[in-house]
Amino acid sequence: MNKRMRYILVNSAVPLLFILISAVAIPISNFSGMYLLSEIITRLTRNSFMVLSLLLPVMAGMGINFGLILGAMAGQIGLIFVTEWGILGAGGLTVAAIVGTPIAILFGWFAGNVLNRAKGREMITSMIFGLFMSGIYQFFLLYLCGSIIPFSRPNLILSRGYGVRNAIDLEVMGGFDNLLKVWVNGIAFPVGTFIIIGVLCVFTWWFRKTKLGQNMRAVGLDLDVSGSSGIPVEKTRMQAVIISTVLSCYGQIIYLQNVGSLNTYNGADQAALFAAAALLVGGATVSRATVVNGIVGTALFHLNFIVMPVAGKNLTGQAMLGEYFRMFVSYGIVTTALILHAWSRKKNTDSARAERK
Amino acid sequence: MSNVNALVKNVGLPRIIIAMFLLLMFCAGPFFGIPTDTSVDDVLVRFGMNGVLVLSMIPMIQSGCGLNFGVPVGVVAGALGAVLSLELNLTGPLGILVAIIFGLFFGAVFGFGYGLILNRVKGDEMIIATYVGFSMTYFMCMMWISLPFQNPSSLTGYGGEGLRVTISVQDYWGGQLSELLKIPISSHLVIPTGMLLFFALMCFLMWGFFKTKVGTAITAVGSNPEFARASGISVDKMRLISVVVSTMVAAVGIIVYEQSFGFIQLYDAPRAFAFPSVAAILLGGASINKANITNVIVGTILFQGMLTLTPAVINSAIQIDASEMVRIIVSNGMIVYALTRKAR
Amino acid sequence: MAEDNIMLKLTGVGKKFDDVAVLKDVNFTLEKGQIMGLVGENGAGKSTLMRIIFGMNVIAETGGYDGEVFFDGNKAAFTSPQDALKAGIGMVHQEFSLIPGFTTTENILLNMEKTKPNVISKVFGKTLETLDMPKMRERAAHAFQTLGVNLSTDELVSEMPVGHKQFIEIAREIDREHVKMLVLDEPTAVLTESEAEILLAAMRKIAEMGISIIFISHRLAEITSVCDKIVVLRDGVVVVENSTAGVSVHQIADWMVGRESSADAVAAKRHEEKGPSGSDFVFEVKNLWVDMPGETVRDVSFKVRRGEIFGIGGLAGHGKLGVPNGIMGLSPAGGIVSFDGKEVSLNSPISALNGGLAFVSEDRRGVGLLLDEPIDWNICFNAMQVQGKFLKKVLGVVPIRDEKAMSACARQYIEELSIKCTGEKQLVKQLSGGNQQKICLAKAFALSPSFLIVAEPTRGIDVGAKQLVLEALRRYNRENGTTILMISSELEELRQTCDRIAIICEGKIAGVRAPETNAVDFGLLMSGEIRDDVEETA
Repeated sequence: MNKRMRYILVNSAVPLLFILISAVAIPISNFSGMYLLSEIITRLTRNSFMVLSLLLPVMAGMGINFGLILGAMAGQIGLIFVTEWGILGAGGLTVAAIVGTPIAILFGWFAGNVLNRAKGREMITSMIFGLFMSGIYQFFLLYLCGSIIPFSRPNLILSRGYGVRNAIDLEVMGGFDNLLKVWVNGIAFPVGTFIIIGVLCVFTWWFRKTKLGQNMRAVGLDLDVSGSSGIPVEKTRMQAVIISTVLSCYGQIIYLQNVGSLNTYNGADQAALFAAAALLVGGATVSRATVVNGIVGTALFHLNFIVMPVAGKNLTGQAMLGEYFRMFVSYGIVTTALILHAWSRKKNTDSARAERK
Repeated sequence: MSNVNALVKNVGLPRIIIAMFLLLMFCAGPFFGIPTDTSVDDVLVRFGMNGVLVLSMIPMIQSGCGLNFGVPVGVVAGALGAVLSLELNLTGPLGILVAIIFGLFFGAVFGFGYGLILNRVKGDEMIIATYVGFSMTYFMCMMWISLPFQNPSSLTGYGGEGLRVTISVQDYWGGQLSELLKIPISSHLVIPTGMLLFFALMCFLMWGFFKTKVGTAITAVGSNPEFARASGISVDKMRLISVVVSTMVAAVGIIVYEQSFGFIQLYDAPRAFAFPSVAAILLGGASINKANITNVIVGTILFQGMLTLTPAVINSAIQIDASEMVRIIVSNGMIVYALTRKAR
Repeated sequence: MAEDNIMLKLTGVGKKFDDVAVLKDVNFTLEKGQIMGLVGENGAGKSTLMRIIFGMNVIAETGGYDGEVFFDGNKAAFTSPQDALKAGIGMVHQEFSLIPGFTTTENILLNMEKTKPNVISKVFGKTLETLDMPKMRERAAHAFQTLGVNLSTDELVSEMPVGHKQFIEIAREIDREHVKMLVLDEPTAVLTESEAEILLAAMRKIAEMGISIIFISHRLAEITSVCDKIVVLRDGVVVVENSTAGVSVHQIADWMVGRESSADAVAAKRHEEKGPSGSDFVFEVKNLWVDMPGETVRDVSFKVRRGEIFGIGGLAGHGKLGVPNGIMGLSPAGGIVSFDGKEVSLNSPISALNGGLAFVSEDRRGVGLLLDEPIDWNICFNAMQVQGKFLKKVLGVVPIRDEKAMSACARQYIEELSIKCTGEKQLVKQLSGGNQQKICLAKAFALSPSFLIVAEPTRGIDVGAKQLVLEALRRYNRENGTTILMISSELEELRQTCDRIAIICEGKIAGVRAPETNAVDFGLLMSGEIRDDVEETA
């Protein structure tokens, strides 16, 4: 019993810490409960899908997929084309997803190949590969769009005649959110989007119970044993990356339909950082992550994200300090989680050795 | 034919391609209104500015800590040194000397903490180094705002808070190395002799360091940690030394950069130094666990040459600003290539 | 004996690795439902034989094998272990291949999960079928029942004792549909006595179901009690294929090591040549334990005389390699080790080296060498770091490498040990195994040690190089009077080289013998059938 309590406590130390910080920061920030609640709902709508797209690679032992920028770029390409074609509403978003899917699969396949050649350093490689592909993405949008690929809408194209503009207003804004929107006490609940997120939660839960999910868990826990038992290790890892990339493509579409405008060239830069930080704040580790971690983490992380700068400003009178503190915490949380993971893995091998004695 | 093959194998295909490309750019430059002496001047200056930063990669690669994606840790140490030198209102050679001394001191302190972290996460150094570097950058952002700096030329005007985003060092010690012994060749080409000599000195010191008993032990640790351990060497201690040295050299590197550039860049800026320095040494032929001074020199020339010449030529040829894209694709492509190469 | 009652039949099987014959003309048959004991010393060819039967990739990569293997009436030509599994051969390796984070059920049915189709799987294929956990638990429970063990189907394997893990492994193999033959490689090594009895009983039960078993064990008593027949391998040849009825443990040991060998004569001759070594004990080990993975040492004590070559032998995995790695501080260890009256502190390589000890590791490429560095670095590195040789001072304070002295030293050893290379600047990874081994020796010699420990000095090098390496050791011992501790899995080699030989069995010294001692005695010591109660000091 005692041991079990301690186990739970240790595993939820990070979320508890964040609850504690919020408990201190909320009163200082002077935000009303209703305001915070509506903000959290907005953030859950925007970000939870993206956070959940990180789960499968964690399960397959590849750590945090810092390459989910790949999927985000695929989603953005989809949205740009939908805007060009002038398709509106949920239908437009669906078409964007249909356009984005094959691109995400292709990107995911590239990434999977690269990561299978960099076993043991998947995280840094996925991160750098994401940056590399963002160069290709820029080339595509800046030089090919509007020149080789014809664009009819002038408000999408830079004044020089080709290349997609830096900022695009999305006409499909709120496509999912406005489906079944319910108002309770002045707070809007975008039920449509929540249903989509709910479907992903169910899918992830169900997926763990399939043969493929079991293979992924096995590969994640022990590459060699899985391989010798006949599980196609590389193919399984590849599937995890591809699914993750496709999901992050949808995640970015959901995020942007809520935000309403697309920052074409830098919009996805921080996507991986914030998604990873949110997941880890929810109590996940680099080797174990659940749907609950994702949802709780998204709510907690963004609560702090909203509260902290204001609390910092009220406390010190300096606006920028809270801003930087927020960035420091985001990076710090990911750093700490990575360090703890590497550390506990080392400890595990040590205790496994002690057992053999 | 076999000679050609041997040459390609020795020099490495990426280097040959980039070198040919550079040569092409040099030749093409004048046709698009970019005089050759301007090109040479640009490349020389950028080489001198970035050389020491790239040099700072060597100790960590050699000790087996991998590519130092945590360069920002050293960069903020150097920036802190530079700001403190300004704080003391020092100018001229004394100013830059004090900046370097402070930079070395903070480099040692930060590097020590950074090294302790990396010793606990063997095998995952690179991703953690990246995030430690970024975390440190934002931690220092808070410091730039909150520390009680006094010098008005460093502070934000108009009632803002903390230090400026970019602080000019022209009135203090800007160009102290670049202008030293400079040799004007033409109106566009001035050889920054002092800066190049300083880089040469740093290379010599690094070369000497790896000749010492400790340097030899560090190389052995990187080459085969088990061998080193069996020889009675403390692997952790050698790795720690290498991280401290790397961070200290990076701190000096950024000060060299700043005096040539004329500004200290604070806040988000140190982030930008992580990937280019790594890419440069890889382009020079280093791998994840072996690097030497030739790699640094060749890599810096090729990488900086490409970054300065390509956009200039392309820009004037077809009026497209492709510099950012070329930088992203080449530097990250180079790193991915190195990471996916079979280790040993 | 009817042909259709035969499960496995080998005719004329042979295998060479780089022109070294590891197996020669191996013939035997195994009937259905029979248990066959397979015994042999290290290097007798047991593992190679199993690899051939199991279709491991190594065999095909190194040029395949001669002869034919028939399994269940068909010619077996497995190209991968998967083929062998499909055909019905199950293998339990010495190292566990279990996933610690999985439950017993998940491990037993790893990649053989029972699944149920669903809507999605009908569209996207079988891999998306859902797992049928109740049915899987049932299968696991059934397997446990067959084995006669009482284990939970939902316990995490990481939380189980080692003995139980062994049962999970075996349960996995017998749960396979159509399993026809099991290969058990030292399954009792990690079991307690009572667990081992349960396992042996389970083996009988499995055999009664018509499944054949190949049982590899060093515990000869287990072989005689459970097996129907025994096959003894020696130097890649089947020396005996016999029913176990009426066979004694002594007899098996005799078959394993061979009656008379050339080494007897060599050992006797060498003893005469050398003359008596010093009478005082210069090196002493008391109650040493070492935690080295796969080579655990439990409680070892011995003494070495000044100027002698003291050998340690034993079967793989019994801890002989743990001894030197523990003494040299490379693996966590405890106990008392003293040299020349001074205690050597354990767990610290530097204090062992400072105490005048030098070590040539059995793991040449992993521990012994800097493969990416030149020869002179490898030879001089230890002496430089430990004793400050090959250094010169710059500006009176900074010690830097004395490249000239290093080159000179390297050239001297290249000459003395006739190392084949292009020069002292050649990278070590470009050299052959034998020459690499000589560099390891040179590295140790460069320390001018007063006590030299050499582990597996001839592992993986060809016959000619072997003799050169052994001769170099003997010469060093003769010329410098250096005391040497030599660890080897080849008994012949120990008997040719050493003055006294200790045999380690299951982490403890089974006995110390003179090299002229009858080989059978050594065989019985290795398999734990003889154990000297009182530590022999004479």
